[in-house]
Amino acid sequence: MFLAISATGAPERPATDLGYLLHKHPDKSQSFSTSYGKAHVFYPEASPERCTAALLLELDAVALVRRGRGKGRGGAPDAALAQYVNDRPYAASSLLAVALSSVFSSAMKGSCQARPELPARPLPLRVEVPALPASGGAGLVRALFEPLGWAVSAEPVALDTEFPEWGDSRYVSLVLEGEQRLADALRHLYVLLPVLDDAKHYWVSSDEVDKLLRAGEGWLSDHPEQELITSRYLARRSSLTRQARERLELVRLAETDDSAVEEIDNAVDERTDTEEAPVPLAVRRREAIVAALRARGAARVLDLGCGQGQLVQELLKDTRYTEIVGVDVSMRALTVAARRLGLERMGERQSERVRLVQGSLAYTDKRLKGYDAAVLSEVVEHLDLPRLPALEYAVFGSARPGTVIVTTPNVEYNVRWDTLPAGHVRHGDHRFEWTRAEFRTWAAEVAERHGYEVEFAPVGPDDPEVGPPTQMAVFALRAQDTRSRHTRGQDTKEEKAA
Amino acid sequence: MSDNGTRVRTLPVTDLSLVVLIGASGSGKSTFARRHFKPTEVISSDFCRGLVADDENDQSASKDAFDVLDYIAGKRLAAGRRTVVDATSVQSDSRRQLIELARKHDVLPIAIVLDVPEEVCAERNAARTDRAGMPRRVIQRHIRELRRSLRQLEREGFRKVHVLRGVEEVETAEVRTEKRYNDLTHLTGPFDIIGDIHGCASELDALLAKLGYVDGVHPEGRTAVFVGDLVDRGPDSPGVLRRVMSMVGSGDALCVPGNHENKYGRHLKGRKVQPTHGLAETIAQMENESDEFKRQVREFVDGLVSHYVLDGGGLVVCHAGLPEKYHGRTSGRVRSHALYGETTGETDEFGLPVRYPWAEDYRGRAAVVYGHTPVPEATWLNNTICLDTGAVFGGKLTALRWPARELVDVPAEKVWYEPVRPLASEAPGGHEGRPLDLADVHGRRVVETRHAGRVAVREENAAAALEVMSRFAVDPRLMPYLPPTMAPTATSRVEGYLEHPAEAFEQYRADGVARVVCEEKHMGSRAVALVCRTAETARERFGTTTGATGALYTRTGRPFFPEPTGGSVDSGAGGSLTEEILGRVRDAVTEAGLWEELDTDWLLLDAELLPWSLKASGLLRSQYAAVGAAAGAVFPGAVAALERAAARGVEVGDLLTKQRERAVDAAAFTDAYRRYCWPTSGLEGVRLAPFQILATRGRSLAAVPHDEQLTLIDRLVTADPSGLLSTTRRLFVDTDDPASVRAGVDWWLEMTGRGGEGMVVKPVGAVARTPKGRLVQPGIKCRGREYLRIIYGPEYTRPENLDRLRGRSLDHKRSLALREYALGLESLDRLADGEPLWRVHEAVFGVLALESEPVDPRL
Repeated sequence: MFLAISATGAPERPATDLGYLLHKHPDKSQSFSTSYGKAHVFYPEASPERCTAALLLELDAVALVRRGRGKGRGGAPDAALAQYVNDRPYAASSLLAVALSSVFSSAMKGSCQARPELPARPLPLRVEVPALPASGGAGLVRALFEPLGWAVSAEPVALDTEFPEWGDSRYVSLVLEGEQRLADALRHLYVLLPVLDDAKHYWVSSDEVDKLLRAGEGWLSDHPEQELITSRYLARRSSLTRQARERLELVRLAETDDSAVEEIDNAVDERTDTEEAPVPLAVRRREAIVAALRARGAARVLDLGCGQGQLVQELLKDTRYTEIVGVDVSMRALTVAARRLGLERMGERQSERVRLVQGSLAYTDKRLKGYDAAVLSEVVEHLDLPRLPALEYAVFGSARPGTVIVTTPNVEYNVRWDTLPAGHVRHGDHRFEWTRAEFRTWAAEVAERHGYEVEFAPVGPDDPEVGPPTQMAVFALRAQDTRSRHTRGQDTKEEKAA
Repeated sequence: MSDNGTRVRTLPVTDLSLVVLIGASGSGKSTFARRHFKPTEVISSDFCRGLVADDENDQSASKDAFDVLDYIAGKRLAAGRRTVVDATSVQSDSRRQLIELARKHDVLPIAIVLDVPEEVCAERNAARTDRAGMPRRVIQRHIRELRRSLRQLEREGFRKVHVLRGVEEVETAEVRTEKRYNDLTHLTGPFDIIGDIHGCASELDALLAKLGYVDGVHPEGRTAVFVGDLVDRGPDSPGVLRRVMSMVGSGDALCVPGNHENKYGRHLKGRKVQPTHGLAETIAQMENESDEFKRQVREFVDGLVSHYVLDGGGLVVCHAGLPEKYHGRTSGRVRSHALYGETTGETDEFGLPVRYPWAEDYRGRAAVVYGHTPVPEATWLNNTICLDTGAVFGGKLTALRWPARELVDVPAEKVWYEPVRPLASEAPGGHEGRPLDLADVHGRRVVETRHAGRVAVREENAAAALEVMSRFAVDPRLMPYLPPTMAPTATSRVEGYLEHPAEAFEQYRADGVARVVCEEKHMGSRAVALVCRTAETARERFGTTTGATGALYTRTGRPFFPEPTGGSVDSGAGGSLTEEILGRVRDAVTEAGLWEELDTDWLLLDAELLPWSLKASGLLRSQYAAVGAAAGAVFPGAVAALERAAARGVEVGDLLTKQRERAVDAAAFTDAYRRYCWPTSGLEGVRLAPFQILATRGRSLAAVPHDEQLTLIDRLVTADPSGLLSTTRRLFVDTDDPASVRAGVDWWLEMTGRGGEGMVVKPVGAVARTPKGRLVQPGIKCRGREYLRIIYGPEYTRPENLDRLRGRSLDHKRSLALREYALGLESLDRLADGEPLWRVHEAVFGVLALESEPVDPRL
């Protein structure tokens, strides 16, 4: 990890003043131990005209892993492969920011005992960060630094020159130039390096995050990108506090397949899930589902693929629902749902009505038999088509609730989403999206095969041309021949037996 | 007779029953129970009172005590253990609870009454310190209630009632344990189990002849077993009855009742029954028969036992199928189920009841052979098979040879009776292809394996596997195997190396494995390919309905190539890359003549799919290339800065040298991953390197020696004109011969020196054991020095890093590799034995679950 700060001098103000400001002598190379490795400060040049201080951080990768996670069984390191081979030793991440603050702490505070007048003086500064991870690209780098008075040059670094088709990496080679007080420059870097890094590695402890926020005092509140800067920190903090443990099994399974964990551990989309700013369509969907459940008089309800439990929460408010079971295959989703519902603190009377269980619609499940209704809201499209018959059988053949409500996107409506590029599905994990005709064909066949009647309803604005954004099918189990249900006589039995 | 002339009473007590002792306090129930039953068979209410209240005589604790008693007795009965309840049970209310319990577990309730004079009881209680204070009136009340109960015990539901009168009779009585009627576990056959006949006497004769019976007797002493429905609808029910009754009478056959003879039997007893469903034909045909024959038929039908448990418990025969909890049980409910099966309460479009698909839920060890529901073909489903192939409807009459599990049938001579509805196109419940149940995989489980005993799967690992299996894996029917993980070689001490083959050879030598094969490690992704000869084969053997001819999947069961999105459910097969690869492999198999040679119409291949970048491109870009890019960007500036500082005379120590070395390491890292990347377009540039044929029809090839395996594979590669298939280079090494070992090491040095990933060393004999019988590692990987940079980081070869890394522990990885290997072998064996899908899937799922165990991911 490397960073260089240069100052240009003037006759009345030699560039080597930088050495006083940084409290590091320009003719010496000094080393400092930090919690993640050794930091070295040296000056490639130090003349009255121009003085450059370089900070080189040699990361102790092993120590980093040991700090990051606990130990596994048998003393073996229990960590994801990504923690052993990653860009941390090279890229200017939050770790460099931490090193910056510890090596140059008084400079950052703006104190200089030898020359107290210096810190208040703006200098013509040049900052070079050759490998800056920039999530958001060069554009965001400019958007973050330019409002602070920097002239920004951010050159993207190619991922691999031998494979030009892979395009650019997420790193830029950054050069900042401007008249700034050194303390301000350091604080800008201290806060914005981690913001741009936006990595998923949880190297930084939460109190350090707070420190980073404090460093924004004086400039962050007026920054046009203040919201982004803050939210990236908050996201970071929530990922810090979240139990990393709950997804380690999935990390390992992803690694078994040489794939990134995000590819499979994507059942919970935390960015789009904010109840404070609900997606209107999601609300409309819940309203439609609740109305359909009411119309069918359901009291014992399964929410199959309950996700983060929004529908369960909604149903819980209405005492007509005497038993609500949220089922999801993702343990992470269930954890989030349990937290949302406050399951642990819930009173006995309430908690008797609700349960969250891990389950899978690729398997039949005896626990799901005998319910009034089952809801599959935005679930079927998350299955590969060849596995849909298994779901069909598990729900309609085996669990066999009196009512089944299925909602799924109407792909025809996608042309109405401005933000959705043509031909794209609405969510990365959607394996397919159906037209109204495709959905109706499937639903009608399912109903026929399993003895249900089916009706359809739009959810959201019903566009005359392309239909509603969400389509809903309500399946009702056909009324039974009462005789075969209620008589238990020998003759009936023999009729049956024939 | 006892000494003084009293008759000694012998009390028959069924081996699985709920025995209720009835008698006043002090009548000697506990003594009686101790004398005749095992101590663990007896649960006394006094003991349970003690458990819940610290006082065996605390009557206020009775309710809780009986709850406990009920619970323990229930657990025992559910497990199939006879249970004796030692409580006064003189009140009908308390007995009713026990009878319900017996019914709930489908066992016989048996009453043994100890009718002892009041004086005796009082005397005995007085002699006991804890009961000395019991008022006389309590005993009087007990005896009064007992007397009142005596006449109504059978009506209450007790199937056997033994009343012992007086002290003498109680003390001399003997209990004789009787087997249940349905327990014929001691009979081992061999059997020929014959499906529903329905009066097709001529077809029955033909089938018996085909099975080798001569006039109802098999010269090799085989026993015929009839699943019932001998009569009705067909042309000659009396003829069928005569044949079957005579074979049963002479001990050459067994027979369980079907609903049709049951109904006819009721007709013969003079009950009023509807002469529907072909009964009228039977009645008409029987009119010409003698009264004597009719009497024999009535007795025959009356004496039929609802189901039989045969052959050490491995075989259950009944008419309409039977869930495991009813096997060997005795109750009206069991009989009814055995005769009529279970229905859902719904009716189909023909107005006929919809049968509950009990076989789908069946997970029992015993094979259940039954009839009742006509199907076009007899097929196994979860270790059950329906033999009613609709002979009377113009289908065929089918028999199953046991234990060979071989089907023998004769066609119907004609349609004797028009069916109300067409024969179901699948076995009951078999449609939608044998669904799997969550209970087969969920939660903590223990999988029994042939090669390594019990392998445990933890709950959290099963939960993770469930998510991946459900959301990302291919259809489990097409995924009969997942490859196990492999342990690396013991850590090397050779300077500059973390792994080196010398340790691998030494490990096998120490394990007593002399011949090993070194196989080149391909720089790709592990792939399993299921290749069927036709889509029809895939449908018949693996039950797919999409038209796919197999599958190509990763180590976690995910498809290599995404399914096309959109469209209908059936659009999966055509034109996909998967099908293209399967097609090329199929052509190679055909060209090499392996279908015939291996006598199969499908193959399961273990292989590598290249390049690595094909599947791992996301990871490559986001992680490996990114590391290279960051390093490439940072070092020139850092090194230049240090050079300038040094040039000005600043003492930078070894910092500069070190950064230069680090830059070299980082460049080596980039070189390392680049070797695993090349561009592909469609299948152009894609290669598949198979190295083992895992299974073919009815056979696991896991134990076929690797030299034979590679010879077969070489033929496949040669026979492939498309250039898809790649060979696996190999070298055979004798671990006892230093020169051979040296050659192996040199081979590896040469290969990895050129940038190869490394090699896997395997015992040539495939499944190998140490002289002491322990399973040895099926393979040990020796990864190249440069390749390991991708795993351990660019700078792992620096001496201080290597020193730390050498402390790595391999124990867990090795144990994991062996456990997964055992599960892999198990799934292949289960597949070969034609075991139900859930059994195969259980082992496959186990492999996936174990892969999520915490182990150093760099191993």
